[in-house]
Amino acid sequence: MSVSAPYALAVWRRNAALYRRTWKWNILPNFFEPVFYLFSIGIGVGAYVSEMGGMTYLEFLAPGLVCVAAMNGASFEVTYNIYVRLIFEKAYDAMMTTPIEPDDVLAGEVLWAITRSSIYGGCFFIVLALFGLAPLPSSLWVLLVIPLTGLLFAAIGLVFSLRIPTIDLFSFYFTLFLTPLFLFSDVFFPLEERLAQPWLWVAEALPLLHPVRLARASFSGEFSPVILWDLFYMLSASVLLLLLARQSVRQRLTN
Amino acid sequence: MGATKTSVVSTIVSVESVSKKFGERLAVDSLDLEVPAQTCLGLLGPNGAGKTTTLRMIYGVTRPDSGTIRVFGKDINQHLRSVRSRLGVTLQKNALIEALSPKENLRVFGRYHLLREPELSRRAGELIDFLDLRSHADVPVRQLSGGFQRRLAIALSLMNRPELLILDEPTTGLDPAVRLVLWSRIRELRTAGTTVLITTHYMDEAQRLCDRVAIVSAGRVIDAGIPADLIVNRLEPETVEFDCTAQEELALLDGFVPADRRLRVGQRLMLYVNDAATLIERIRRYDRGERRPIIVRPTNLEDVFLSLTGTSLERDS
Repeated sequence: MSVSAPYALAVWRRNAALYRRTWKWNILPNFFEPVFYLFSIGIGVGAYVSEMGGMTYLEFLAPGLVCVAAMNGASFEVTYNIYVRLIFEKAYDAMMTTPIEPDDVLAGEVLWAITRSSIYGGCFFIVLALFGLAPLPSSLWVLLVIPLTGLLFAAIGLVFSLRIPTIDLFSFYFTLFLTPLFLFSDVFFPLEERLAQPWLWVAEALPLLHPVRLARASFSGEFSPVILWDLFYMLSASVLLLLLARQSVRQRLTN
Repeated sequence: MGATKTSVVSTIVSVESVSKKFGERLAVDSLDLEVPAQTCLGLLGPNGAGKTTTLRMIYGVTRPDSGTIRVFGKDINQHLRSVRSRLGVTLQKNALIEALSPKENLRVFGRYHLLREPELSRRAGELIDFLDLRSHADVPVRQLSGGFQRRLAIALSLMNRPELLILDEPTTGLDPAVRLVLWSRIRELRTAGTTVLITTHYMDEAQRLCDRVAIVSAGRVIDAGIPADLIVNRLEPETVEFDCTAQEELALLDGFVPADRRLRVGQRLMLYVNDAATLIERIRRYDRGERRPIIVRPTNLEDVFLSLTGTSLERDS
């Protein structure tokens, strides 16, 4: 490994310097989005649902949406934004003239994606807390789930982004991968009540399912042993995918 | 500058029989090159000759297939970080953060070299003055002219006070005033002890800036030396230029100017001679009163370049 923390941090700070310019405008949608979801689906649809998974629909929905926010925050960063830096801004070409190495770029970008996902997920959590939908203090555990979700989706997104030939393919990533994940990962309805057992095994492969289950455990304060599997899945998948991404970063930045 | 803290190395860059293939295309073909300390070396060559690939191999972002490259006496591919911390590169295409100001760009870039406050801001301020960026130091880069952006790109590569400055076509597309300013700054750096390696298409630029030049074609150095020597060794001191047809050329020049001292581009003929006056007299006699426009000028590096690399545009396609 040739990651050097100070250089990775310099990469992170480049993105932070840009974000500091625009954060006031960037952060507003992060607050509005959860409000819209809660009103439309939680309060609107929820009015027709007396209970789900043993709680009100709004309570059921809240923890999963925090993870979705974290997933989206990381995903935008490692798809469109990283592509802009790579192709249009030539940011990495500039870095490669300095002591920064490809591994530092990868580490810095992953760290930045985690940061953005924490801002998204954190804002969402604050809104939930203000609406009284996040039972305190147990739901604070979700603040650990958010960066882990960011890490996982940064790793997935990077592997995709660094291997596609054109920016047009990102719409596939969003509509054919992230959207179905969003819809079928225990966020809107409990999978185990709707799917037959064999399908439940298949569903275990869905990357969003695990952070959602962890978030739900934090909100309810009931931690079953299955969360160990969820943590294992998220960490090992992240590491494996980052090893793949590492190869691609080297290929894209040097030759 | 940095030369005092390390043992004095008389050769800053040494490239030894380096080759690089991209797929089937041989971009660099057992190329040799040396950049002596505290000199400015110009790498000249037509588009696609392998100049940029050579530079990329020197700062270690492209790995050669064979051969060795030493920078500051160290193998670049084994001492990547330490070598790169002592050099600066201005890329052919600017890599600026357009939403940020020149000052902010300099600070972000300085952090890539692990500079910290207060040195970070002090160095940024010095370079803003050095490259005359003060008037727009706080304006987003996207609002700046091409000349401004180019000066900023060069300023970035100076943040770490490099001992070796690599400039890839630094003045392409700039207006004459900006070019003059940049040339004077590059000369100042070189006088202060910085070693400079520059690629350019402009022979006047090479002639003004470079202590030595290396002419590259098809991935090889085909001639190298002091610009004035190259001209004297290759061609006669005077150049006569005029338009004429192939038949006229035959009648006028056969047995008078050897074929390898003529260069034709379309109707234009350039002749390299020791005594322009005699040749002009001959043309005038041939023309009988009809005076075709004739230019006489000192032979320059561009003539040497064209006589070595040819005037066909085939390699561009």
